Amino acid sequence: MNNKTALAKTKMLKPQTKKSFTTYIMVTVVFVIMMILSSTGNVSSQIDGLLVPLCVYSILAVSLNLTVGILGELSLGQAGFMCVGAYASALFSIATKETILVEWVRFPLAILVGGIFAAIFGILIGIPVLRLNGDYLAIVTLAFGEIIKNVFAALYVGIDSKGLHIALNQADMNLEADGTEIIRGALGVKGVPNDSSFVVGFILLLITLIISYNYINSRTGRAVKAIRDNSIATESVGLNITKYKLITFALTAFLAGIAGALYSHNYSTLQASKFDYNLSILILVFVVLGGIGNIRGSVIAAIILTLIPELLRSINSYRMLIYSIVLIVMMILTSNEKARTFIVTNFGKLKGMVLKIFKRKDTAEKEVK
Amino acid sequence: MAMLEINDLYVNYGMIAALKGISFEVNEGEVIALIGANGAGKTTTLHTITGLLHAKSGSIKFNGVELTKAPAHKIVEMGIAHVPEGRRIFQNLTVLDNLKLGAFTRKDKENISKDIQMVYERFPRLAERKTQIAGTLSGGEQQMLAMGRALMSKPKIIVMDEPSMGLSPIFVSNIFDIIQTIRETGTTVLLVEQNAKKALSIADRAYVLETGKISLSGKASDLINDASVKKAYLGE
Repeated sequence: MNNKTALAKTKMLKPQTKKSFTTYIMVTVVFVIMMILSSTGNVSSQIDGLLVPLCVYSILAVSLNLTVGILGELSLGQAGFMCVGAYASALFSIATKETILVEWVRFPLAILVGGIFAAIFGILIGIPVLRLNGDYLAIVTLAFGEIIKNVFAALYVGIDSKGLHIALNQADMNLEADGTEIIRGALGVKGVPNDSSFVVGFILLLITLIISYNYINSRTGRAVKAIRDNSIATESVGLNITKYKLITFALTAFLAGIAGALYSHNYSTLQASKFDYNLSILILVFVVLGGIGNIRGSVIAAIILTLIPELLRSINSYRMLIYSIVLIVMMILTSNEKARTFIVTNFGKLKGMVLKIFKRKDTAEKEVK
Repeated sequence: MAMLEINDLYVNYGMIAALKGISFEVNEGEVIALIGANGAGKTTTLHTITGLLHAKSGSIKFNGVELTKAPAHKIVEMGIAHVPEGRRIFQNLTVLDNLKLGAFTRKDKENISKDIQMVYERFPRLAERKTQIAGTLSGGEQQMLAMGRALMSKPKIIVMDEPSMGLSPIFVSNIFDIIQTIRETGTTVLLVEQNAKKALSIADRAYVLETGKISLSGKASDLINDASVKKAYLGE
């Protein structure tokens, strides 16, 4: 009996596991190729500088997809949570620069601090906000994102022998002579250690993907999808809707915080003005174009839509024109029924051809044997 | 003591009074029908019992426990399952996932697979379609799934909101047969129906709701022969 149910379980999980493993392999292959290329010196410095941001945007898109695609609620505060993660981790790194000397201990801790602080913000904002839904939720999260950004832009934090000093203008900090200013209002943070690298970014992206796929296919994930499908029915089968909404929202914020930590440790200066609503909307564009609820699509869209405008820098005047055309074409291709069937059938043919070639190879090998 | 006691219940939608002081009771093992025209307050009554709506005043006691202040998910845990109106199943999840969600509040996880088998035995159609996405089921099958899902929480009482709505006559008979078998296994049923004839034919007792008040009550077999009920709800 036990054996049978176990067997049934593996059979049932198959398509989902297959999907997630394809994504892990895809990301890993891209990573390995990029590592080989960069070690042999075949990557331009422009692309090299884009590797970490690509990971950052992919993580942000995947995490936002949990709220938008799985929970089905529109959130426009992603940049705000990223901002919290970026600042919290940068603050942690600078404050512990002298105490924790080993980089590979300090940086993971900083990332964790970033994620946890963002998650706390997610929960605090989520409690009042998640009672709303639809457009109202979108507007309120947008507002909270902006509030977070503006608070950080006005914040002064310094450290001295007495500990941390937090104030809203420079004079109020009252630092001792030995103190250093860490966050300086609109000027932001200077001297964040450059701990981020493509390897760290790749590992974080992989962790994000593993967390996301497992979350979606877990018991909790099923509950969240049920809320998306029909919230009244979900309540009538006895689920605490607010709880599951809040868990998802906090997880999204946590992962955005991690992305923020990766981002802040990639540049030595950090300014709150970077985390404006344009960034939130950009990430939402990744999610929508990659397919709402489609985790792999989010990664692909984030990569393509980050690379295109950067690669087109050489033809600067036409850059945004091409970018917008690509956006429109992608939108048509993903939303138009005819266009989609065209792609699916032709992709199917291509797949069949590839399989045929492999089969031929197989039979040929067998014949040899 | 009755299993479910509703006492002088008032419910408002904003300024509009939907229920104006209704009282009724459901005893263990009974099938109770709540009939009435559109807008009489039938669904409002059910939603207030299951915690989706909150009462302005009055009380709802389930085995002596007050429900009017309890949140919906606690009420399900106490043993009240709700089959909502209009087949509110989870359209994008599989049949099996829908059933598993029905058992979400249960503590005895090891018995769940056994109960899924039981639901499959009762609704063989669902067994055939267990990996299918629920939104692709026919209307009748979706209603069966909604009922199966409610049974998965092992309820003491199951409240059903218009289970026959929008179904073909054969399926309607089918659904009422299933309600009979549910009561035979010892589960109490509170049934809201517009199909008064069918509802009265399987119920023990019935209450007639009219614009937020109970206008008639009694044995179902008496009500089915009552002249005013016949005229207003049975079309005779």
